[in-house]
Amino acid sequence: MTNIAAEDLSADRSKMTVGSQVAVEMIGVNKWYGEFHVLRDINLTVRKGERIVICGPSGSGKSTMIRCINRLEEHQKGQIIVDGTELTNDLKKIDEVRREVGMVFQHFNLFPHLTILENCTLAPIWVRKMPKRQAEEAAMEYLAKVRIPEQAHKYPGQLSGGQQQRVAIARSLCMNPKIMLFDEPTSALDPEMVKEVLDVMISLAESGMTMLCVTHEMGFARQVANRVIFMDQGQIVEQNDPEAFFTNPQHERTRLFLSQILH
Amino acid sequence: MTLRDAAPSTPLSGQRGSGSSWLYDPTIRGIVFQVLLVVGLALFGWWVVHNTIVNLRAANIASGFDFLSTRAGYDIAQKPIDYTIDDTHGRAFLVGLLNTLVVAAIGVVLATVLGFLVGIARLSPNWLLAKVASVYVETFRNIPLLLQLLFWYKAVLSVLPGPRQGLALPMGSNLSNRGLIIPRPVIGEGFELVVGAVAVALAAAFGLSRWARARQMATGQSFPSGLAGLALVVLLPTFAYVLAGMPITLEYPELKGFNFAGGLVLKPEFMALLLGLTIYTASFIAEVVRAGVLAVSHGQTEAAYALGLRPSRTLRLVIVPQAMRVIIPPLTSQYLNLTKNSSLAVAVGYPDLVAVFAGSTLNITGRAVEVIFITMSVYLVISLLTAAFMNWFNARVALIER
Amino acid sequence: MTDVASPGPDARSAIYVRGTFVPPSPPPGSTVGPFGWAHKNLFSSPFNIAATILTALFLAWVVPPLLDWLIFDAVWTGENREACLPVDGREVGACWAWVQAKFGQILYGRYPLDQRWRVDLTALLFVAGLVPLAIPKVPYKRENTILMLTAFPVAAFILLYGGFGLPVVETALWGGLLVTLVVAVTGIVASLPLGILLALGRRSKLPIVKTVSVIFIEFWRGVPLITVLFMASVMLPLFLPSGVNFDKLLRALIGVALFSAAYMAETVRGGLQAIPKGQYEAAAAMGLGYWQSMRLVILPQALKIVIPGIVNSFISLFKDTSLVLIIGLFDVLGIIQLNFSDANWSAPTVPATGFVFAAIVFWIFCFGMSRYSQYMERRLETGHRR
Ligand SMILES: Nc1ncnc2c1ncn2[C@@H]1O[C@H](COP(=O)(O)OP(=O)(O)OP(=O)(O)O)[C@@H](O)[C@H]1O
Ligand SMILES: [Mg+2]
Repeated sequence: MTNIAAEDLSADRSKMTVGSQVAVEMIGVNKWYGEFHVLRDINLTVRKGERIVICGPSGSGKSTMIRCINRLEEHQKGQIIVDGTELTNDLKKIDEVRREVGMVFQHFNLFPHLTILENCTLAPIWVRKMPKRQAEEAAMEYLAKVRIPEQAHKYPGQLSGGQQQRVAIARSLCMNPKIMLFDEPTSALDPEMVKEVLDVMISLAESGMTMLCVTHEMGFARQVANRVIFMDQGQIVEQNDPEAFFTNPQHERTRLFLSQILH
Repeated sequence: MTLRDAAPSTPLSGQRGSGSSWLYDPTIRGIVFQVLLVVGLALFGWWVVHNTIVNLRAANIASGFDFLSTRAGYDIAQKPIDYTIDDTHGRAFLVGLLNTLVVAAIGVVLATVLGFLVGIARLSPNWLLAKVASVYVETFRNIPLLLQLLFWYKAVLSVLPGPRQGLALPMGSNLSNRGLIIPRPVIGEGFELVVGAVAVALAAAFGLSRWARARQMATGQSFPSGLAGLALVVLLPTFAYVLAGMPITLEYPELKGFNFAGGLVLKPEFMALLLGLTIYTASFIAEVVRAGVLAVSHGQTEAAYALGLRPSRTLRLVIVPQAMRVIIPPLTSQYLNLTKNSSLAVAVGYPDLVAVFAGSTLNITGRAVEVIFITMSVYLVISLLTAAFMNWFNARVALIER
Repeated sequence: MTDVASPGPDARSAIYVRGTFVPPSPPPGSTVGPFGWAHKNLFSSPFNIAATILTALFLAWVVPPLLDWLIFDAVWTGENREACLPVDGREVGACWAWVQAKFGQILYGRYPLDQRWRVDLTALLFVAGLVPLAIPKVPYKRENTILMLTAFPVAAFILLYGGFGLPVVETALWGGLLVTLVVAVTGIVASLPLGILLALGRRSKLPIVKTVSVIFIEFWRGVPLITVLFMASVMLPLFLPSGVNFDKLLRALIGVALFSAAYMAETVRGGLQAIPKGQYEAAAAMGLGYWQSMRLVILPQALKIVIPGIVNSFISLFKDTSLVLIIGLFDVLGIIQLNFSDANWSAPTVPATGFVFAAIVFWIFCFGMSRYSQYMERRLETGHRR
């Protein structure tokens, strides 16, 4: 586990404001894989501008939970409402939600047959029906924000892991999402690349983005998150603000988990 | 390597003197070995040529390629170009080659269609369909092609009843032990107009899709160019066809006595070969397709979905371009296999290159060396051209990796 | 606010600690069990339903007639053609009685009846040698391989052909599965050493060696096997000094061995390429010469990786052996075809029966071997991960 100490990262919490509108609401969500009960009665409300860090042991259902939010996984019971749209089998609604929710994966999942720029403009052109020129201009802006505009015409295979992950973030941002989901964005990276990705995520938080982030980067959680959620056995076990969560965990499972990852 | 180079400098080996040290120099050893190889091969070649000349002389067989311009004296059952018994062996060769290319070309198209369908069916979420597709693949790729050809030819197509009792199919077609007889299109006056209309429609559809793409890139507005293009390609030629007074008529086969007159006959030999090649090769192509699609990781689909792309767009913009890179090289080699396998035509009596040239011509002229040489060269040239294409393709589309 | 009765966190509160864990509960009835399975795999969408119906219709169209032909209308016993004739409009399926009557020939060809024990013994030796080789857990692989590559071929040759007191059985009398297996096994065994040499040659730094290997490999891979067999049967006698007369089977074997050596070379080359460069460097750093490092370090690893590839080559070769019938040898397919002309057994369904039976024989061998190759592949994969 690479843990960037909180001191290495600098985030300006004063810029991060939480609104009052609800961005994501999960009510009594349950999900099964066959006979296996992965998500058990998940209740969660995320307001606009919130930065939520989700942690927990492997297999506790963290990925499954955030993947339900953009319907990469289907839930079987309960309600998930994203930006006012309830996720059902209705394909139109799924499209609507996916347009507004960006996602960054552990293994980047860049499209290897397209250049960095094409990766970034693909969805704006085909989903947002944006003219190519405009899409490219916007993409270049975001690539500049993640600090790799000079790589725009290379292919993903030619970039380092950290650079690829930053492109993946830029690619999601090009769709102008209201909510960003991160599934262990730094855990496939070499230690020296973790910080460059976290820095990008911090500036994203400072810009007021609503973020749900599965990560074990506790330094990041302390600096950026306004809530930390601990999951185990498919359920939310504890939830608190980061300071209290790390210094004074309530549940014994949380204490056990923290003692393992913080040594 | 480096350690070996250093070894002779130890005192012990140093004492052997310079006289024998060249024996241990890898460069010199390599040269000596290669010289020996060349000499050995040359001697072997000379020995073979010498034996052949002696044997041919003893058997009183002439040699040379002059037989190509002599009268063949045998007929060929299927000829895409004019040919009679009085034509030369050279022309017979050409007929055989064309027959090979005809069956290979049609086989490639059919095997591709069937193979892609089966390969995709095998990946289908529908359990039943996927199972049927895998039974197909596992059955047909584990049975020798020759056996399949003989089965279709001797156990299916030749035991059909004669034309009178044959299986009547729509449009006057008939399937019997004489083969499949279908209506023959007869071209009349004004046909050029239809051809012209087809060409214009194709060009227009192509231009339309280019324009739609450019407009989408420029303004973001999309235009259903595929649908419009399809309409264009269907409607324009139909219109021209009616306008030109319906210049294509169908000549329906008619039963006269014991056989059919008119119509287009697909002989049982041709059908058996085509059926066998298609079914056998499709089972391999299905596997190639499946492997290609599976080679694109699920993460790619998820990333595309997460960006809001619809499944059909995801398929077209993300999955297919990547899968095709994986599919095309082994697909090409399946095409090559099909072409080489078409030489099994000789077993069912379809007059392909091997049956005509390495069969009849060889038997009549006795020029075994020349005939086999020419036959093999043809296949080699086809193989080399395919290999060249594959190298070009791989260099062009290879994903750029670090 | 923590509330044990409602286990979820309150939407508004920032702090939440779970009281009791939610125990796992069974999924809603519609997603599991046979119904859930059928819903998910057969009826999940309109498209899926359509696919299920069409496939079921297809099966209903194909399977019953097939079963009728193979089993219910088939003739299982009989002395001659009478049994299999469709008299009085009787439906006649496969004529298995014919297969029964010809079974000996299908296995041995025209090998003399009183000598067939020699074939059986050879087969027994072969199986006894091969099974321990094929099972990964059995030890003494190396000794066993050497035995199979040296002692067994000699013993098999003496047993099958004759000598040392055994009467000679000319290869013209061999046939059926015997010929199929002899051609395939000899082809693969002979092509292995040649293939390894060619693979090493193709990767060699010596330009002439490399060129010669490439030309050899690409030549044989570029031409169809049938032209190779034609060449072996009509041209090979021309290439040799007059008076050297060789057996038809041997000629075919030479053609097949050269042909499959080229494919084997490509398989082995794949294995050589998969060996990390570090292994070559480590071998050289230990002071091993080229041949030593190949023999002791590289080939043992490479050959292990290519076992599935070799099995796949063997499957291709096994199927290709059927081509020898075109140059007048009688393998399984050849013998079966030859027996169609037996007037005692001339009945309409005999050819189809013969081909289907041959297909079943080939299928069992090829499918079995492909499963074995997949099993080895999986084993190698897990072995590498560890
Ligand atoms: N497609 C699937 N089919 C069946 N079971 C699955 C599937 N995906 C995940 N699971 C199971 O669901 C559980 C939760 O998986 P999930 O990926 O959400 O865990 P996680 O908390 O993200 O773990 P990690 O930290 O290892 O990523 C695991 O036990 C996993 O084995
Ligand atoms: Mg996970």
